[in-house]
Amino acid sequence: MTATATNGSPAAPPPAHANGPSLLLRGVRKAFADVLAVDGLDLEVAPGECFGLLGPNGAGKTTTIEICEGLTPPDSGTVELLGLNWATGATQLRQRIGIQLQETQFPDKLTVEETLRLFRSFFRRGISVDESIKTAQLEEKRGARVGTLSGGQKQRLAMACALVGDPELLFLDEPTTGLDPQARRHLWDLVEALKQAGRTIILTTHYMEEAEQLCGRVAIMDHGRVIALGTPQQLIATVGGEDIVEFAVSSNESASADPPQTPLDPAVFTAIAGVQSHRAHAGLHQLSVSELHTAVPRIFAALREQGLHLSEFRTHSASLEDVFVRLTGRNLRDE
Amino acid sequence: MNSLELSSLYQLTIVRFRLLLREPEAVFWIFIFPILLAVGLGIAFRNRPADVLPVAATTPQLTQALARDPGLSASAMDEPAGAHALATGNILLLAIQRPDGIAYKYDDTNPDARTARLIVDRDLQSAAGQQPSVRVTDQLVHETGARYIDFVVPGLLGMNLMGSAMWGLGFSIVEARQKKLLKRLVASPMPRWQYLTSFLLSRLAMLVVEVVAFLGFARLAFGVPFRGSLWQLALLCVITSLVFSALGLLVASRAKTMEAVSGLMNLVMLPMWILSGVFFSASRFPAVIQPVVRALPLTAAIDAMRGNMLQGLNLSQMLVPVTILLAWFIVPFAVSLRIFRWR
Repeated sequence: MTATATNGSPAAPPPAHANGPSLLLRGVRKAFADVLAVDGLDLEVAPGECFGLLGPNGAGKTTTIEICEGLTPPDSGTVELLGLNWATGATQLRQRIGIQLQETQFPDKLTVEETLRLFRSFFRRGISVDESIKTAQLEEKRGARVGTLSGGQKQRLAMACALVGDPELLFLDEPTTGLDPQARRHLWDLVEALKQAGRTIILTTHYMEEAEQLCGRVAIMDHGRVIALGTPQQLIATVGGEDIVEFAVSSNESASADPPQTPLDPAVFTAIAGVQSHRAHAGLHQLSVSELHTAVPRIFAALREQGLHLSEFRTHSASLEDVFVRLTGRNLRDE
Repeated sequence: MNSLELSSLYQLTIVRFRLLLREPEAVFWIFIFPILLAVGLGIAFRNRPADVLPVAATTPQLTQALARDPGLSASAMDEPAGAHALATGNILLLAIQRPDGIAYKYDDTNPDARTARLIVDRDLQSAAGQQPSVRVTDQLVHETGARYIDFVVPGLLGMNLMGSAMWGLGFSIVEARQKKLLKRLVASPMPRWQYLTSFLLSRLAMLVVEVVAFLGFARLAFGVPFRGSLWQLALLCVITSLVFSALGLLVASRAKTMEAVSGLMNLVMLPMWILSGVFFSASRFPAVIQPVVRALPLTAAIDAMRGNMLQGLNLSQMLVPVTILLAWFIVPFAVSLRIFRWR
């Protein structure tokens, strides 16, 4: 731990939860008006884990994380953080967790340093303002007003504000939404460094690359439920193959991408050695394939036999996106 | 870092200062505007040595008799020209020579015109040979405190305290709510009471600058009197500021957008701008609405400040306005603490 008790208070008490989970949710439900935002959620996050909540917009990720953060009371179910609950341990919990919310706008006319000084003053113990500026790599922007920062820098400032209290548990709600690819990479590096330092992190995202890259374990959410839970590798393995082949065909000579008049029999493809499953969506066929280099020539051969012409063809490694598609029949970013 | 740097109440308060001082418009409205207003009103309503009333008469003899009076400026006009001058406000009274005597044409709802009627009549009667039946002499007194500027300065002070407290609290809080900063703050260990207290503390500190600058200017430029105790005046300013801070908090306690809070703010302040006697005495309003006018916090604040500055009254002699003010502090503050929306 990099904790330094700078205000002379006695050292922080040992964690009350000993070796228990850092976060424990049991049967958590929350409804807004007539929408069931979170529908009976069970989750457990161990100390030192980087846990991701992945799902499309409206899946209930933010509601879930805000229930964990004590900002939204659940309708039913139990929520435990570090062995404490919000009803009795709120004051202690606020000191021990770090939070980055989705759309906080810090005052434009304060500088980075002033903002961090303010947030540091709320915590009894924590890292120094200098240290938090260094961690978030905002040294050059230390005296700059928040209004002049780029999106990525603002997001790193939000992260620094979440870190000043040297939290045992860190919540990041869509930390990279709306950032350009470079700023996103930069933020990933930052989270990676926090992971290496052994911090427990819970983050939400609707970017599957982000979850794959950062999270040791991922819960895929849809309509307020966890529909899959595991390491990114385990989840991807459920797709059945390591690679995904996508193509569109036309039955006549013209290279139009219109779907064929008569639907193709999926059995034609699933019979090919190496092809695990078939799925058709909007005129596009998707095969999950285990040995790409031998399967592709066979797929070509099968298409030729059927007298079909390819109008599109591509492959990619199976990802969490494909897991979501397989489970829900929708794309993560359809919404 | 010293212990002050680590105190969250200190940090919250200092942040309020920084945000206010970095907003040039706010600095203008709070510090400069009231002084400009006082200058403008001071010039417009300055007391001229003795008001000279413009009048006219239809014959040279009458005009001559009137022109001898230093309190009048008399000109000769025929009746149609005089009627036009009356209608356009260039003269206050037209004296018309008729075969059977003199007719005065003037507007009796205008106090100046009534004064002109008295002076003109006196001059013409004495020109016609009338002797005064009692011997009188004039002893002139030019007392500060009875001028319009003396009357209007406490009014402007009250109005300014109302505006700066309400805008200061209302806008900042709603902006923080709209930008989800409030939500972020309550997600941190910040004690909520400190957030609200920081507004009051920064307001009180700002108050010192604001009040001293404004009253200092009024004193130096216009010689406005301070007849009551200065610390009681200071206390009145503090109470007034707290009252309007509480009202600002109440107005901002649930509003989610700047448009909503602006509307509410104007709804609360507009009646007081009109009714509370900033520019003229509130007692001019009809008796029916007097209870309402008296119950308004700005009326109470301005009454108490005028009592202190112009009449030298003690707080103990002004228990009614002081009680009204305290009630306007306690009730809105208690209500807003109950209904305040943190997200």
